[in-house]
Amino acid sequence: MTRGTLKGRFGVLGGYTIAYLIFIYLPVVLLPIFSFNDSIYVAFPFKGLTLRWWQQMVSQHSMLNALVNSIQVAVPVAMLSTTLGILAAKSLTRYHMFGKPVVTGFFMLPLVIPFLILAIALLVVLNFAGVPLSLWTVGLAHIVICLPFAVFVLISRLEGFDRHIEEASLDLGETPWMTFWRVTLPIAFPGLMASLLLTFTISFDEFLLAFFLVGSEPTLPLYIWSQLRFPAKLPAVLALGSAILAVSCLLVATAERLRRQGAMPAGAERAADG
Amino acid sequence: MTGIRAHFRRALMRSETLAGYTLLSPALILLIAAMATPLVVLVVLSLWTQQAGMTFDRSPSLFNYDAIFAKSIYAHVLLRSLAISAAVALTTVLLAYPVAYFIAFRIRRQKIVWLILITLPFWTSYLLRVFSWKLILGYNGVINSGLIWLGVIDRPLEFILYNVTAVVITLAHAWAAFAILPIYVSLEKIDRSLVEAAQDLGEAPIMTFLRVTLPLSMPGVVAATLLVFIPTVGDYVTPKLVGGANGIMIGNLIQLSFGRANDWPLGAALAVVSMLAITLVVCLFLGGVGQLKRRLG
Repeated sequence: MTRGTLKGRFGVLGGYTIAYLIFIYLPVVLLPIFSFNDSIYVAFPFKGLTLRWWQQMVSQHSMLNALVNSIQVAVPVAMLSTTLGILAAKSLTRYHMFGKPVVTGFFMLPLVIPFLILAIALLVVLNFAGVPLSLWTVGLAHIVICLPFAVFVLISRLEGFDRHIEEASLDLGETPWMTFWRVTLPIAFPGLMASLLLTFTISFDEFLLAFFLVGSEPTLPLYIWSQLRFPAKLPAVLALGSAILAVSCLLVATAERLRRQGAMPAGAERAADG
Repeated sequence: MTGIRAHFRRALMRSETLAGYTLLSPALILLIAAMATPLVVLVVLSLWTQQAGMTFDRSPSLFNYDAIFAKSIYAHVLLRSLAISAAVALTTVLLAYPVAYFIAFRIRRQKIVWLILITLPFWTSYLLRVFSWKLILGYNGVINSGLIWLGVIDRPLEFILYNVTAVVITLAHAWAAFAILPIYVSLEKIDRSLVEAAQDLGEAPIMTFLRVTLPLSMPGVVAATLLVFIPTVGDYVTPKLVGGANGIMIGNLIQLSFGRANDWPLGAALAVVSMLAITLVVCLFLGGVGQLKRRLG
Protein backbone atom coordinates (compact mmCIF):
# COMPACT_ATOMS: atom_id res chain seq x y z
CA MET A 1 0.00 0.00 0.00
CA THR A 2 1.44 3.37 -0.99
CA ARG A 3 1.37 6.39 1.27
CA GLY A 4 -1.08 8.12 -1.00
CA THR A 5 -3.79 5.50 -0.63
CA LEU A 6 -3.18 5.28 3.10
CA LYS A 7 -3.79 9.00 3.42
CA GLY A 8 -6.78 8.74 1.12
CA ARG A 9 -8.35 6.03 3.23
CA PHE A 10 -7.64 7.49 6.64
CA GLY A 11 -7.22 11.22 6.14
CA VAL A 12 -9.15 13.60 8.36
CA LEU A 13 -11.75 11.00 9.32
CA GLY A 14 -9.09 8.53 10.46
CA GLY A 15 -7.36 11.20 12.51
CA TYR A 16 -10.68 12.16 14.07
CA THR A 17 -11.47 8.52 14.90
CA ILE A 18 -8.10 8.17 16.66
CA ALA A 19 -8.80 11.35 18.66
CA TYR A 20 -12.25 9.95 19.56
CA LEU A 21 -10.68 6.68 20.71
CA ILE A 22 -8.38 8.68 22.99
CA PHE A 23 -11.46 10.50 24.35
CA ILE A 24 -13.26 7.25 25.20
CA TYR A 25 -10.16 5.43 26.50
CA LEU A 26 -8.66 8.25 28.61
CA PRO A 27 -10.95 7.84 31.66
CA VAL A 28 -10.71 4.06 31.45
CA VAL A 29 -6.91 4.01 31.30
CA LEU A 30 -6.68 6.20 34.41
CA LEU A 31 -8.25 3.47 36.59
CA PRO A 32 -5.45 0.87 36.32
CA ILE A 33 -2.81 3.63 36.51
CA PHE A 34 -4.14 4.90 39.82
CA SER A 35 -4.57 1.39 41.19
CA PHE A 36 -0.73 1.22 41.23
CA ASN A 37 -0.25 4.75 42.59
CA ASP A 38 1.49 4.84 45.98
CA SER A 39 -0.86 7.36 47.57
CA ILE A 40 -4.15 7.15 49.38
CA TYR A 41 -5.47 10.12 47.37
CA VAL A 42 -6.67 9.29 43.90
CA ALA A 43 -5.39 12.52 42.35
CA PHE A 44 -2.38 13.92 40.57
CA PRO A 45 0.58 14.16 40.97
CA PHE A 46 1.57 10.49 40.68
CA LYS A 47 3.50 9.32 43.75
CA GLY A 48 5.14 6.03 42.74
CA LEU A 49 4.38 2.36 42.23
CA THR A 50 2.81 0.05 44.76
CA LEU A 51 0.94 -3.26 44.84
CA ARG A 52 -0.68 -2.60 48.18
CA TRP A 53 -4.10 -1.67 46.76
CA TRP A 54 -4.21 -4.95 44.88
CA GLN A 55 -3.32 -6.80 48.08
CA GLN A 56 -5.98 -4.85 49.94
CA MET A 57 -8.53 -5.72 47.25
CA VAL A 58 -7.95 -9.46 47.68
CA SER A 59 -8.28 -9.20 51.44
CA GLN A 60 -11.42 -7.03 51.55
CA HIS A 61 -14.24 -9.40 52.36
CA SER A 62 -17.08 -6.92 51.97
CA MET A 63 -15.95 -6.15 48.42
CA LEU A 64 -15.57 -9.81 47.44
CA ASN A 65 -18.95 -10.45 49.02
CA ALA A 66 -20.48 -7.72 46.84
CA LEU A 67 -18.76 -9.23 43.80
CA VAL A 68 -20.31 -12.63 44.57
CA ASN A 69 -23.74 -11.00 45.05
CA SER A 70 -23.47 -9.31 41.65
CA ILE A 71 -22.53 -12.55 39.93
CA GLN A 72 -25.37 -14.35 41.74
CA VAL A 73 -27.80 -11.83 40.30
CA ALA A 74 -26.25 -11.46 36.84
CA VAL A 75 -25.96 -15.17 35.93
CA PRO A 76 -29.65 -16.09 36.43
CA VAL A 77 -30.72 -12.75 34.93
CA ALA A 78 -28.68 -13.44 31.80
CA MET A 79 -30.04 -16.98 31.50
CA LEU A 80 -33.68 -16.08 32.15
CA SER A 81 -33.79 -12.97 29.96
CA THR A 82 -32.09 -14.87 27.13
CA THR A 83 -34.56 -17.77 27.49
CA LEU A 84 -37.55 -15.40 27.45
CA GLY A 85 -35.82 -13.47 24.67
CA ILE A 86 -35.37 -16.48 22.37
CA LEU A 87 -39.04 -17.49 22.78
CA ALA A 88 -40.17 -13.93 22.04
CA ALA A 89 -37.75 -13.46 19.13
CA LYS A 90 -38.80 -16.81 17.69
CA SER A 91 -42.49 -15.96 17.75
CA LEU A 92 -41.91 -12.44 16.43
CA THR A 93 -39.84 -13.64 13.47
CA ARG A 94 -41.61 -16.94 12.73
CA TYR A 95 -45.34 -16.22 12.97
CA HIS A 96 -47.60 -13.78 11.19
CA MET A 97 -49.25 -12.47 14.29
CA PHE A 98 -52.04 -10.03 14.81
CA GLY A 99 -50.74 -6.87 16.48
CA LYS A 100 -47.07 -7.66 15.96
CA PRO A 101 -45.80 -4.04 15.69
CA VAL A 102 -47.55 -3.12 18.95
CA VAL A 103 -46.06 -6.10 20.79
CA THR A 104 -42.57 -5.42 19.38
CA GLY A 105 -42.87 -1.80 20.53
CA PHE A 106 -44.00 -2.98 23.97
CA PHE A 107 -40.89 -5.18 24.26
CA MET A 108 -38.63 -2.25 23.42
CA LEU A 109 -40.37 0.03 25.95
CA PRO A 110 -37.88 -0.53 28.82
CA LEU A 111 -35.22 1.04 26.58
CA VAL A 112 -37.02 4.36 26.54
CA ILE A 113 -38.19 4.59 30.14
CA PRO A 114 -35.60 6.23 32.39
CA PHE A 115 -34.30 3.56 34.80
CA LEU A 116 -35.00 5.83 37.74
CA ILE A 117 -38.73 5.91 36.95
CA LEU A 118 -38.85 2.14 36.46
CA ALA A 119 -37.00 1.75 39.77
CA ILE A 120 -39.43 3.82 41.82
CA ALA A 121 -42.45 2.26 40.08
CA LEU A 122 -41.21 -1.22 41.04
CA LEU A 123 -40.33 -0.01 44.54
CA VAL A 124 -43.88 1.24 45.03
CA VAL A 125 -45.52 -1.97 43.77
CA LEU A 126 -43.22 -4.24 45.80
CA ASN A 127 -43.89 -2.09 48.83
CA PHE A 128 -47.68 -2.30 48.39
CA ALA A 129 -47.48 -6.05 47.76
CA GLY A 130 -45.43 -6.48 50.92
CA VAL A 131 -42.51 -8.12 49.10
CA PRO A 132 -39.28 -7.55 51.07
CA LEU A 133 -36.43 -6.02 49.08
CA SER A 134 -33.55 -8.39 48.32
CA LEU A 135 -31.25 -9.54 45.53
CA TRP A 136 -34.36 -11.25 44.07
CA THR A 137 -36.12 -7.93 43.54
CA VAL A 138 -32.98 -6.52 41.91
CA GLY A 139 -32.90 -9.57 39.63
CA LEU A 140 -36.55 -9.10 38.65
CA ALA A 141 -35.90 -5.47 37.65
CA HIS A 142 -32.77 -6.51 35.74
CA ILE A 143 -34.69 -9.07 33.68
CA VAL A 144 -37.12 -6.32 32.63
CA ILE A 145 -34.32 -4.05 31.36
CA CYS A 146 -32.31 -6.91 29.83
CA LEU A 147 -35.25 -8.32 27.87
CA PRO A 148 -35.26 -5.70 25.06
CA PHE A 149 -31.53 -6.23 24.50
CA ALA A 150 -31.96 -10.02 24.37
CA VAL A 151 -34.97 -9.77 22.03
CA PHE A 152 -33.18 -7.26 19.80
CA VAL A 153 -30.01 -9.36 19.48
CA LEU A 154 -31.93 -12.60 18.89
CA ILE A 155 -34.38 -11.10 16.37
CA SER A 156 -31.48 -9.86 14.28
CA ARG A 157 -30.00 -13.37 14.41
CA LEU A 158 -33.24 -15.18 13.57
CA GLU A 159 -34.39 -12.75 10.87
CA GLY A 160 -33.97 -14.27 7.45
CA PHE A 161 -33.96 -17.71 9.05
CA ASP A 162 -35.30 -20.15 6.47
CA ARG A 163 -38.39 -21.74 8.04
CA HIS A 164 -38.31 -24.50 5.44
CA ILE A 165 -35.39 -26.05 7.33
CA GLU A 166 -37.65 -26.49 10.35
CA GLU A 167 -40.51 -27.73 8.21
CA ALA A 168 -38.19 -30.26 6.58
CA SER A 169 -37.19 -31.51 10.01
CA LEU A 170 -40.87 -31.85 11.04
CA ASP A 171 -41.76 -33.58 7.76
CA LEU A 172 -38.97 -36.05 8.34
CA GLY A 173 -40.66 -37.09 11.57
CA GLU A 174 -38.75 -35.11 14.18
CA THR A 175 -40.90 -33.87 17.09
CA PRO A 176 -41.35 -30.07 17.46
CA TRP A 177 -39.26 -30.14 20.63
CA MET A 178 -36.39 -32.06 18.98
CA THR A 179 -36.62 -29.77 15.95
CA PHE A 180 -36.16 -26.81 18.21
CA TRP A 181 -33.30 -28.54 20.00
CA ARG A 182 -31.45 -29.80 16.92
CA VAL A 183 -32.29 -27.24 14.22
CA THR A 184 -33.37 -23.89 15.66
CA LEU A 185 -30.99 -23.75 18.62
CA PRO A 186 -27.73 -24.41 16.70
CA ILE A 187 -28.68 -21.71 14.18
CA ALA A 188 -29.45 -19.23 16.94
CA PHE A 189 -26.33 -20.16 18.94
CA PRO A 190 -24.11 -17.14 18.17
CA GLY A 191 -27.04 -14.85 18.96
CA LEU A 192 -27.65 -16.72 22.22
CA MET A 193 -24.03 -16.27 23.24
CA ALA A 194 -24.11 -12.56 22.36
CA SER A 195 -27.36 -12.16 24.31
CA LEU A 196 -25.98 -13.96 27.39
CA LEU A 197 -22.85 -11.84 27.37
CA LEU A 198 -24.71 -8.58 26.86
CA THR A 199 -27.39 -9.21 29.49
CA PHE A 200 -24.81 -10.43 32.01
CA THR A 201 -22.83 -7.22 31.56
CA ILE A 202 -25.91 -5.01 31.84
CA SER A 203 -27.03 -6.66 35.06
CA PHE A 204 -23.49 -6.82 36.50
CA ASP A 205 -22.95 -3.08 36.01
CA GLU A 206 -26.45 -1.77 36.75
CA PHE A 207 -26.58 0.72 39.60
CA LEU A 208 -29.81 2.69 39.69
CA LEU A 209 -32.37 -0.13 39.92
CA ALA A 210 -30.19 -1.95 42.43
CA PHE A 211 -29.87 1.27 44.44
CA PHE A 212 -33.63 1.40 44.98
CA LEU A 213 -34.54 -2.26 45.07
CA VAL A 214 -31.78 -3.98 47.04
CA GLY A 215 -32.19 -5.15 50.61
CA SER A 216 -29.26 -5.49 52.97
CA GLU A 217 -26.93 -7.33 50.56
CA PRO A 218 -25.13 -4.86 48.25
CA THR A 219 -24.22 -5.61 44.65
CA LEU A 220 -20.82 -4.51 43.38
CA PRO A 221 -21.93 -1.15 41.90
CA LEU A 222 -23.62 -0.31 45.21
CA TYR A 223 -20.45 -1.22 47.06
CA ILE A 224 -18.41 1.01 44.72
CA TRP A 225 -20.91 3.83 45.22
CA SER A 226 -20.54 3.55 48.99
CA GLN A 227 -16.74 3.60 48.67
CA LEU A 228 -16.63 6.71 46.50
CA ARG A 229 -17.33 8.70 49.66
CA PHE A 230 -14.39 7.23 51.59
CA PRO A 231 -11.13 8.22 49.87
CA ALA A 232 -9.15 5.68 51.89
CA LYS A 233 -10.99 2.71 50.36
CA LEU A 234 -11.00 4.04 46.81
CA PRO A 235 -7.63 2.79 45.47
CA ALA A 236 -8.63 -0.81 46.23
CA VAL A 237 -11.90 -0.23 44.32
CA LEU A 238 -9.84 0.99 41.36
CA ALA A 239 -7.79 -2.22 41.55
CA LEU A 240 -11.00 -4.24 41.42
CA GLY A 241 -12.30 -2.12 38.52
CA SER A 242 -9.06 -2.77 36.62
CA ALA A 243 -9.28 -6.49 37.31
CA ILE A 244 -12.88 -6.57 36.01
CA LEU A 245 -11.82 -4.66 32.90
CA ALA A 246 -9.00 -7.14 32.26
CA VAL A 247 -11.37 -10.10 32.66
CA SER A 248 -13.96 -8.54 30.32
CA CYS A 249 -11.28 -7.87 27.67
CA LEU A 250 -10.33 -11.52 27.87
CA LEU A 251 -13.98 -12.61 27.66
CA VAL A 252 -14.65 -10.42 24.62
CA ALA A 253 -11.51 -11.66 22.87
CA THR A 254 -12.48 -15.29 23.57
CA ALA A 255 -16.08 -14.74 22.44
CA GLU A 256 -14.84 -13.12 19.24
CA ARG A 257 -12.45 -16.01 18.56
CA LEU A 258 -15.25 -18.52 19.16
CA ARG A 259 -17.60 -16.59 16.90
CA ARG A 260 -15.05 -16.64 14.11
CA GLN A 261 -14.38 -20.34 14.49
CA GLY A 262 -18.07 -21.15 14.56
CA ALA A 263 -19.21 -18.86 11.78
CA MET A 264 -16.37 -18.98 9.28
CA PRO A 265 -17.46 -21.84 6.99
CA ALA A 266 -20.66 -19.98 6.12
CA GLY A 267 -18.63 -17.34 4.31
CA ALA A 268 -21.38 -14.82 4.86
CA GLU A 269 -19.63 -13.36 7.88
CA ARG A 270 -16.45 -12.90 5.93
CA ALA A 271 -18.35 -11.03 3.27
CA ALA A 272 -19.92 -8.84 5.94
CA ASP A 273 -16.48 -8.08 7.40
CA GLY A 274 -14.89 -7.24 4.11
CA MET B 1 -62.29 -36.50 24.78
CA THR B 2 -59.21 -37.19 22.69
CA GLY B 3 -61.13 -35.94 19.66
CA ILE B 4 -61.70 -32.56 21.26
CA ARG B 5 -58.09 -32.35 22.28
CA ALA B 6 -56.85 -33.27 18.84
CA HIS B 7 -59.21 -30.73 17.32
CA PHE B 8 -57.97 -28.08 19.74
CA ARG B 9 -54.37 -28.98 18.92
CA ARG B 10 -54.97 -28.70 15.20
CA ALA B 11 -56.65 -25.33 15.67
CA LEU B 12 -53.71 -24.24 17.77
CA MET B 13 -51.22 -25.30 15.11
CA ARG B 14 -53.26 -23.57 12.42
CA SER B 15 -53.60 -20.24 14.17
CA GLU B 16 -50.33 -18.44 13.76
CA THR B 17 -51.44 -15.65 16.08
CA LEU B 18 -52.29 -18.08 18.86
CA ALA B 19 -49.05 -20.02 18.42
CA GLY B 20 -47.04 -16.80 18.35
CA TYR B 21 -48.64 -15.43 21.49
CA THR B 22 -48.20 -18.75 23.29
CA LEU B 23 -44.45 -18.57 22.75
CA LEU B 24 -44.51 -14.89 23.59
CA SER B 25 -46.57 -15.23 26.77
CA PRO B 26 -43.82 -15.75 29.39
CA ALA B 27 -41.99 -12.57 28.38
CA LEU B 28 -45.25 -10.70 27.88
CA ILE B 29 -46.58 -11.67 31.33
CA LEU B 30 -43.30 -10.62 32.92
CA LEU B 31 -43.36 -7.20 31.25
CA ILE B 32 -47.01 -6.63 32.16
CA ALA B 33 -46.40 -7.64 35.78
CA ALA B 34 -43.05 -5.95 36.35
CA MET B 35 -43.22 -2.93 34.05
CA ALA B 36 -46.72 -1.95 32.89
CA THR B 37 -48.49 -2.57 36.21
CA PRO B 38 -45.90 -0.69 38.29
CA LEU B 39 -46.13 2.29 35.94
CA VAL B 40 -49.93 2.36 36.27
CA VAL B 41 -49.63 2.08 40.05
CA LEU B 42 -47.15 4.98 39.98
CA VAL B 43 -49.74 7.15 38.22
CA VAL B 44 -52.37 6.18 40.82
CA LEU B 45 -49.95 6.92 43.66
CA SER B 46 -49.28 10.37 42.23
CA LEU B 47 -52.97 11.18 42.83
CA TRP B 48 -52.76 10.27 46.53
CA THR B 49 -51.38 12.44 49.32
CA GLN B 50 -48.61 11.65 51.77
CA GLN B 51 -49.53 11.65 55.44
CA ALA B 52 -47.44 11.25 58.57
CA GLY B 53 -45.28 8.12 58.50
CA MET B 54 -45.83 5.73 55.63
CA THR B 55 -49.59 6.22 55.22
CA PHE B 56 -51.36 7.82 52.29
CA ASP B 57 -54.62 9.69 51.88
CA ARG B 58 -56.15 7.58 49.11
CA SER B 59 -58.78 10.02 47.89
CA PRO B 60 -57.69 11.09 44.40
CA SER B 61 -56.59 14.70 44.06
CA LEU B 62 -54.25 16.80 41.98
CA PHE B 63 -52.58 18.07 45.17
CA ASN B 64 -49.07 16.94 44.16
CA TYR B 65 -49.37 18.31 40.65
CA ASP B 66 -50.51 21.66 42.09
CA ALA B 67 -47.49 21.59 44.40
CA ILE B 68 -45.18 20.91 41.45
CA PHE B 69 -46.57 23.73 39.34
CA ALA B 70 -46.72 26.12 42.30
CA LYS B 71 -42.99 25.92 43.01
CA SER B 72 -40.82 27.14 40.15
CA ILE B 73 -37.89 25.00 41.31
CA TYR B 74 -39.48 21.85 39.85
CA ALA B 75 -40.24 23.35 36.45
CA HIS B 76 -36.78 24.93 36.47
CA VAL B 77 -34.93 21.68 37.22
CA LEU B 78 -37.11 19.69 34.79
CA LEU B 79 -36.47 22.14 31.95
CA ARG B 80 -32.78 22.14 32.76
CA SER B 81 -32.71 18.32 32.75
CA LEU B 82 -34.38 18.28 29.34
CA ALA B 83 -31.94 20.90 28.06
CA ILE B 84 -28.92 19.02 29.45
CA SER B 85 -30.12 15.73 27.95
CA ALA B 86 -30.81 17.40 24.60
CA ALA B 87 -27.29 18.86 24.67
CA VAL B 88 -25.88 15.45 25.59
CA ALA B 89 -27.82 13.71 22.79
CA LEU B 90 -26.73 16.32 20.24
CA THR B 91 -23.07 16.22 21.35
CA THR B 92 -22.96 12.43 21.51
CA VAL B 93 -24.53 11.95 18.08
CA LEU B 94 -22.38 14.67 16.41
CA LEU B 95 -19.19 13.23 17.92
CA ALA B 96 -20.15 9.65 17.11
CA TYR B 97 -21.37 10.06 13.52
CA PRO B 98 -17.94 10.53 11.88
CA VAL B 99 -16.60 7.51 13.77
CA ALA B 100 -19.51 5.31 12.66
CA TYR B 101 -19.06 6.66 9.11
CA PHE B 102 -15.35 5.90 9.19
CA ILE B 103 -15.90 2.29 10.27
CA ALA B 104 -18.78 1.72 7.84
CA PHE B 105 -17.21 3.27 4.72
CA ARG B 106 -13.43 3.53 5.16
CA ILE B 107 -12.60 0.30 6.95
CA ARG B 108 -12.73 -2.67 4.59
CA ARG B 109 -11.55 -5.57 6.73
CA GLN B 110 -11.79 -6.39 10.44
CA LYS B 111 -14.70 -4.02 11.02
CA ILE B 112 -15.71 -6.11 14.01
CA VAL B 113 -12.32 -5.42 15.64
CA TRP B 114 -12.96 -1.67 15.34
CA LEU B 115 -16.44 -2.08 16.81
CA ILE B 116 -15.03 -4.05 19.73
CA LEU B 117 -12.33 -1.41 20.20
CA ILE B 118 -15.04 1.25 20.41
CA THR B 119 -17.28 -0.65 22.82
CA LEU B 120 -14.58 -2.11 25.09
CA PRO B 121 -14.33 0.90 27.46
CA PHE B 122 -18.03 0.46 28.25
CA TRP B 123 -17.31 -2.86 29.92
CA THR B 124 -15.85 -1.01 32.92
CA SER B 125 -18.10 0.02 35.74
CA TYR B 126 -20.32 2.99 34.84
CA LEU B 127 -19.68 4.47 38.27
CA LEU B 128 -15.90 4.22 37.93
CA ARG B 129 -16.02 5.77 34.45
CA VAL B 130 -18.04 8.72 35.74
CA PHE B 131 -15.75 9.02 38.74
CA SER B 132 -12.75 8.95 36.44
CA TRP B 133 -13.93 12.19 34.82
CA LYS B 134 -13.41 13.82 38.21
CA LEU B 135 -9.76 12.79 37.88
CA ILE B 136 -9.58 14.43 34.47
CA LEU B 137 -11.55 17.61 35.13
CA GLY B 138 -10.80 18.03 38.85
CA TYR B 139 -8.73 20.59 40.74
CA ASN B 140 -5.58 18.45 40.54
CA GLY B 141 -6.84 16.63 37.47
CA VAL B 142 -5.24 15.68 34.16
CA ILE B 143 -6.26 18.90 32.41
CA ASN B 144 -5.16 21.26 35.17
CA SER B 145 -1.87 19.40 35.81
CA GLY B 146 -1.19 19.32 32.09
CA LEU B 147 -1.89 23.01 31.56
CA ILE B 148 0.27 23.98 34.55
CA TRP B 149 3.06 21.75 33.30
CA LEU B 150 2.83 23.42 29.90
CA GLY B 151 2.92 26.83 31.59
CA VAL B 152 -0.42 27.94 30.15
CA ILE B 153 -1.86 28.64 33.60
CA ASP B 154 -0.19 28.99 37.00
CA ARG B 155 -3.16 28.06 39.17
CA PRO B 156 -5.66 25.19 38.64
CA LEU B 157 -8.83 26.24 36.87
CA GLU B 158 -11.85 25.67 39.09
CA PHE B 159 -14.64 26.19 36.62
CA ILE B 160 -14.21 22.94 34.68
CA LEU B 161 -15.69 20.57 37.25
CA TYR B 162 -19.02 20.68 39.12
CA ASN B 163 -21.09 22.34 36.43
CA VAL B 164 -23.35 21.58 33.51
CA THR B 165 -20.48 21.28 31.00
CA ALA B 166 -18.88 18.56 33.11
CA VAL B 167 -22.21 16.70 33.14
CA VAL B 168 -22.54 16.97 29.35
CA ILE B 169 -18.96 15.77 28.71
CA THR B 170 -19.28 12.87 31.15
CA LEU B 171 -22.64 11.73 29.73
CA ALA B 172 -21.44 12.12 26.12
CA HIS B 173 -18.66 9.72 27.07
CA ALA B 174 -20.81 7.30 29.05
CA TRP B 175 -23.43 6.89 26.28
CA ALA B 176 -21.07 6.89 23.27
CA ALA B 177 -21.70 3.23 22.39
CA PHE B 178 -25.47 3.81 22.27
CA ALA B 179 -24.92 6.44 19.58
CA ILE B 180 -22.22 4.76 17.49
CA LEU B 181 -23.88 1.35 17.10
CA PRO B 182 -27.31 2.39 15.69
CA ILE B 183 -25.69 4.92 13.33
CA TYR B 184 -23.16 2.32 12.20
CA VAL B 185 -25.91 -0.23 11.52
CA SER B 186 -27.94 2.21 9.39
CA LEU B 187 -24.82 3.34 7.46
CA GLU B 188 -23.80 -0.27 6.87
CA LYS B 189 -27.23 -1.02 5.37
CA ILE B 190 -26.92 1.70 2.69
CA ASP B 191 -26.67 0.26 -0.81
CA ARG B 192 -23.21 1.35 -1.98
CA SER B 193 -24.35 1.52 -5.61
CA LEU B 194 -26.56 4.52 -4.71
CA VAL B 195 -23.53 6.44 -3.48
CA GLU B 196 -21.55 5.44 -6.58
CA ALA B 197 -24.44 6.44 -8.84
CA ALA B 198 -24.58 9.92 -7.29
CA GLN B 199 -20.87 10.36 -7.85
CA ASP B 200 -20.99 8.99 -11.40
CA LEU B 201 -23.71 11.51 -12.14
CA GLY B 202 -21.28 14.28 -11.17
CA GLU B 203 -22.37 15.06 -7.60
CA ALA B 204 -19.50 16.39 -5.43
CA PRO B 205 -18.52 14.13 -2.50
CA ILE B 206 -19.93 16.58 0.06
CA MET B 207 -23.24 16.85 -1.83
CA THR B 208 -23.36 13.07 -2.21
CA PHE B 209 -23.05 12.84 1.54
CA LEU B 210 -25.71 15.48 2.21
CA ARG B 211 -28.21 14.23 -0.37
CA VAL B 212 -27.68 10.45 -0.32
CA THR B 213 -25.75 9.10 2.67
CA LEU B 214 -27.06 11.39 5.41
CA PRO B 215 -30.78 11.04 4.56
CA LEU B 216 -30.43 7.26 4.26
CA SER B 217 -28.72 7.07 7.65
CA MET B 218 -31.40 9.17 9.38
CA PRO B 219 -33.16 6.17 11.02
CA GLY B 220 -29.91 5.38 12.84
CA VAL B 221 -29.40 9.02 13.82
CA VAL B 222 -32.97 9.28 15.16
CA ALA B 223 -32.62 6.00 17.11
CA ALA B 224 -29.27 7.11 18.55
CA THR B 225 -30.67 10.50 19.59
CA LEU B 226 -33.62 8.91 21.41
CA LEU B 227 -31.51 6.13 22.99
CA VAL B 228 -29.25 8.79 24.52
CA PHE B 229 -31.81 11.52 25.24
CA ILE B 230 -34.49 9.54 27.06
CA PRO B 231 -32.42 7.61 29.62
CA THR B 232 -30.16 10.55 30.46
CA VAL B 233 -33.11 12.73 31.52
CA GLY B 234 -33.52 10.45 34.52
CA ASP B 235 -29.83 10.07 35.29
CA TYR B 236 -28.99 10.36 38.95
CA VAL B 237 -25.33 9.37 39.28
CA THR B 238 -23.56 11.77 36.92
CA PRO B 239 -25.12 15.01 38.19
CA LYS B 240 -24.49 13.85 41.74
CA LEU B 241 -20.80 13.10 41.10
CA VAL B 242 -19.70 15.83 38.68
CA GLY B 243 -22.64 18.26 38.49
CA GLY B 244 -22.22 20.35 41.64
CA ALA B 245 -25.09 22.50 42.92
CA ASN B 246 -26.08 23.87 39.50
CA GLY B 247 -25.89 20.51 37.76
CA ILE B 248 -28.65 18.66 39.64
CA MET B 249 -31.28 17.07 37.47
CA ILE B 250 -34.89 15.96 37.91
CA GLY B 251 -33.69 12.45 38.84
CA ASN B 252 -32.02 13.84 41.95
CA LEU B 253 -35.29 15.51 43.03
CA ILE B 254 -37.31 12.34 42.42
CA GLN B 255 -34.79 10.33 44.44
CA LEU B 256 -35.02 12.92 47.21
CA SER B 257 -38.82 12.49 47.44
CA PHE B 258 -38.39 8.74 47.83
CA GLY B 259 -35.42 9.13 50.15
CA ARG B 260 -34.93 11.80 52.75
CA ALA B 261 -37.99 13.96 51.96
CA ASN B 262 -40.18 10.83 52.26
CA ASP B 263 -43.04 12.09 50.09
CA TRP B 264 -43.69 9.19 47.72
CA PRO B 265 -46.81 10.61 46.02
CA LEU B 266 -44.96 13.83 45.20
CA GLY B 267 -42.05 11.80 43.79
CA ALA B 268 -44.52 9.74 41.74
CA ALA B 269 -46.12 12.93 40.39
CA LEU B 270 -42.66 14.29 39.50
CA ALA B 271 -41.92 11.04 37.65
CA VAL B 272 -45.24 11.24 35.76
CA VAL B 273 -44.65 14.90 34.80
CA SER B 274 -41.11 14.02 33.65
CA MET B 275 -42.38 11.17 31.50
CA LEU B 276 -45.05 13.39 29.92
CA ALA B 277 -42.42 16.08 29.25
CA ILE B 278 -40.06 13.51 27.70
CA THR B 279 -42.88 12.14 25.53
CA LEU B 280 -43.75 15.66 24.38
CA VAL B 281 -40.14 16.45 23.45
CA VAL B 282 -39.78 13.11 21.63
CA CYS B 283 -43.01 13.73 19.66
CA LEU B 284 -41.85 17.24 18.72
CA PHE B 285 -38.48 15.83 17.64
CA LEU B 286 -40.03 13.05 15.55
CA GLY B 287 -42.48 15.56 14.06
CA GLY B 288 -39.58 17.85 13.16
CA VAL B 289 -37.67 14.99 11.53
CA GLY B 290 -40.82 14.06 9.57
CA GLN B 291 -41.24 17.63 8.35
CA LEU B 292 -37.60 17.75 7.28
CA LYS B 293 -37.98 14.49 5.39
CA ARG B 294 -41.10 15.72 3.55
CA ARG B 295 -39.40 18.99 2.60
CA LEU B 296 -36.33 17.20 1.26
CA GLY B 297 -38.26 14.35 -0.37
